[in-house]
Amino acid sequence: MEPAKIVEHAGGVIGASWLMIALPLLGAAILLLGGRRTDRWGHLLGVAMSLASFVVAVVTFFELIGLPGGERRRAVGLFEFIPGLVDMGLLIDPLSISFALLITGVGSLIHIYSIGYMSHDPGRRRFFSYLNLFVAAMLLLVLSHNYVGLYIGWEGVGLASYLLIGFWQYKPSAATAAQKAFIVNRVGDFGLAIGIFTIWTTFGSVTFQGVFESTLKPEQGVLTAIGLLLLLGACGKSAQVPLQSWLLDAMEGPTPVSALIHAATMVTAGVYLVVRSGAVFFPEGSTAALFAAIVGTVTLLAGAIIGMAKDDIKKGLAGSTMSQIGYMMLGAAFGPVGYAFAIGHLITHGFFKANLFLGAGSVMHAMNDEVNMRRYGALRKALPVTFYTFLIGYLAIIGFPLLSGYFTKDGIIETVIHHNEVLGWLAVLGAGLTGFYMSRMVFMTFFGEKRWADDAHPHESPAVMTIPLVLLSIGSIFLGGYLVLGGRFMTFLGPAVGMPEGGVPAFHPFTVPGLATLALVAVGAAIAWLRYGRVPVPVTAPRGSFLTTFARRDLYGDALNESLFMRPGQWLTRIAVFFDNRGVDGLVNGLAAGIGGTSGRLRRVQTGFARSYALSILFGAAVVAGALLLVGNL
Amino acid sequence: MTTHYLVLSALLFAIGAVGVLVRRNAIVIFMCVELMLNACNLAFVTFARQHGNLDGQLIAFFVMVVAAAEVVVGLAIIVTIFRTRRSASVDDANLLKY
Amino acid sequence: MGETITFWVLAVVSVAAALGLVLSRKAVYCALMLGVVMGSLAVLYAVQEAPFLAAVQIIVYTGAVMMLFLFVLMLVGVDSTDSLVETIKGQRFWAIVAGLGFAALLALAIGNVAFVRPTGLGGATSQYGGNVQGLAQLIFTRHVFAFEVASALLITAALAAMVLAHRERAKAKPTQKDLARARFAGPHPTPLPGPGVYARHNANDMPALLPDGTVSELSVNRIIARHDVQEGRLPEDPRLAEAIRQAVEVEEESK
Repeated sequence: MEPAKIVEHAGGVIGASWLMIALPLLGAAILLLGGRRTDRWGHLLGVAMSLASFVVAVVTFFELIGLPGGERRRAVGLFEFIPGLVDMGLLIDPLSISFALLITGVGSLIHIYSIGYMSHDPGRRRFFSYLNLFVAAMLLLVLSHNYVGLYIGWEGVGLASYLLIGFWQYKPSAATAAQKAFIVNRVGDFGLAIGIFTIWTTFGSVTFQGVFESTLKPEQGVLTAIGLLLLLGACGKSAQVPLQSWLLDAMEGPTPVSALIHAATMVTAGVYLVVRSGAVFFPEGSTAALFAAIVGTVTLLAGAIIGMAKDDIKKGLAGSTMSQIGYMMLGAAFGPVGYAFAIGHLITHGFFKANLFLGAGSVMHAMNDEVNMRRYGALRKALPVTFYTFLIGYLAIIGFPLLSGYFTKDGIIETVIHHNEVLGWLAVLGAGLTGFYMSRMVFMTFFGEKRWADDAHPHESPAVMTIPLVLLSIGSIFLGGYLVLGGRFMTFLGPAVGMPEGGVPAFHPFTVPGLATLALVAVGAAIAWLRYGRVPVPVTAPRGSFLTTFARRDLYGDALNESLFMRPGQWLTRIAVFFDNRGVDGLVNGLAAGIGGTSGRLRRVQTGFARSYALSILFGAAVVAGALLLVGNL
Repeated sequence: MTTHYLVLSALLFAIGAVGVLVRRNAIVIFMCVELMLNACNLAFVTFARQHGNLDGQLIAFFVMVVAAAEVVVGLAIIVTIFRTRRSASVDDANLLKY
Repeated sequence: MGETITFWVLAVVSVAAALGLVLSRKAVYCALMLGVVMGSLAVLYAVQEAPFLAAVQIIVYTGAVMMLFLFVLMLVGVDSTDSLVETIKGQRFWAIVAGLGFAALLALAIGNVAFVRPTGLGGATSQYGGNVQGLAQLIFTRHVFAFEVASALLITAALAAMVLAHRERAKAKPTQKDLARARFAGPHPTPLPGPGVYARHNANDMPALLPDGTVSELSVNRIIARHDVQEGRLPEDPRLAEAIRQAVEVEEESK
């Protein structure tokens, strides 16, 4: 079934949905322009704005589901952005409102958590202003009813991400990581920009309505090209291979940032882009969709392998994030069923990954910002709330039956195997790897013996941090089941992304891939127990095999980038500099030096002796007389 | 006969010019300049006779007037310079150079 | 024929005098040589039917201008001789080359022209009744403006010479009162003792003897004493010689 038509909408609650974006933007403006005067209450304002945005989102959501299914795509015109070319407006439909709820809901929880986490940081007010800016930009990204607005939001979240990764800019590693994230994202954004230009020239419009409901039938090659360009943009923002290298370094930012931006929301923007454009640019069986699927599969395996070897808890989680977004990208390549599971996994992942990151943050908070898991161990007694919530997040991500991740990830795997056996079984393998690395993380952190630094006195975090953890873990338990069972989410999303031809497929708990996944996860967890639970973990990392080194070095992604792009770039620059110095400057400087040198020598003629000058005058007179004589004789 | 006068005039003029170039005493240089002026006057007078026209003599007369004025001012300048520098050598006044 | 003889004699004389002007080391000789050239030219003017110019040449040049030259020479130092060593490299060589070249060019140009027999000024002068009248006619009619400008120029030049040669006093001239006060403030209110002039030496470089027979160093003229010491012309009497030496030493210490 095709997606529903987009209907113009004015007034009412949906007409006021722009408040969702405006409120956090106002908060960011007040906090940034207000400066130190807002230091005392800045964090409260930030939280309030985020919560207010959440309330608007919830009200809009209920207003939307109050409408009949076929009328749930509402375009709200706001203003003329580029006169005659682009109108700015919002598209409120099931897809965008799902994102809005996730962004504002999880975002608000992370805002609250940050009050505690950043309580001792002198830049807290600035931190909250950036968080609010991020929420506003992200909402613009998902709510905009055209590609230009999406692009503005896309760059806005990139800016917020840059500012927040480099939040502790006095740390050289953080400053470098921020720049790296920005530069790598430039590559993807370049693809997205070209893609949007091409959409404009192909369809003559950049609104979703104008593109998706266009009567034009462009050539398949053009559509594939646009799809690949959009996919390049998605790869950059969602840290998919080959533009994955920035995400691991982005963990230099404060942990709430890692949870909100680099796990739950911003990095899923690529998936949003693919799903949003899916009906036209990534239809089932198209080349672009196949590329998206391959990119997703490669990334889910690469992220899992990286996660298996990292001792840094946040980098381990970052590898996991890459891997889970790989699943979403893979799912998003396989039509309406895939969309539903991809977005469902995106939402449940938003909960359990935020849960895990905030749990990791809580552990770091307790351990004096220590991130090396080899210095943890036996923390389950010291941090009970953190432990149990982390455990729930862990079980959710590995796909423990009846928890959130089980339903959504299993749905993706089933869908993929149905269409493409090879990629599907690779996804099953990835699930097994997930079981290993997440178990390893839990065992190294909460079990075993104490390997703490001498000055570590772990203590449970304050309520302002644990309450969000509890709320997120509740979401991690129940959300997946609620969304998937009975095809609730698929039906809800249907008006936005279309419905499968044969109706909503029923959920089968016992299928071959499902059981194989569970078995592999169990094997992975068992191996982790044997390696890290049963035997003591060495405080210094053992050297490990070639594969371990391979994984620890991020699959040599940085080395590859360095040798393929950085060094040739440097050579090119040096050649250009050499040419400029010797060639262009040489010519100019040589000419100037030649004139200067000649003048310096000619200057010596000016001896100051009047008689020398008189001699030249006489010579001149003789020459003139001679010339006159010659002319007269001719 | 005219040719002889003119050649004499040219010779005197050249000798005066060389004198200006090789002598360093400002007063002697002035004398050489006067010699050149006189050589010119001889040419003027000769041409006046050649063409039967008094204008040449008239110009020579004006040259004398101007030369007199020039000598007066020039010598005054020399005296002033001599008073401050204790030297009448033109080579000593060579500050204005590279 | 008479003109030819006059020309050749005066040509040789004037060229020789001009060369002398360039070559003599003493400025006074130069001035004399210049006078000879000017006189010769005056005669040549007279020969070429320009009696008025000849007179003016004598009066203005040999009379006024030459006097002015000599006057300035006396002011600057009549006995100064120029060094004929050239200090600017190549100046003399190239000056002679250029001078010869220029003369050769002019001579070539003049030699190339075939002059017809001179018209002569008979017609022009008889029209006005004489050379002077003719010139006067031209000056006061056709060239009257140039004449007035020339007179303005002369006046300006005279003023300029006055301004240039004038020297401002840095401070007021000391009066007799000032001088007397300075004298009584100094070490010698009375006049210094005069030199001892003896019969054997009618020279004032001899120290005087005071009434007690001692030698007075104050009586020695210090500038003369310095010459005496430099040239070893000291008197035989050791007391007098010592006094002269002492005077020189005091002089040098005071510097």
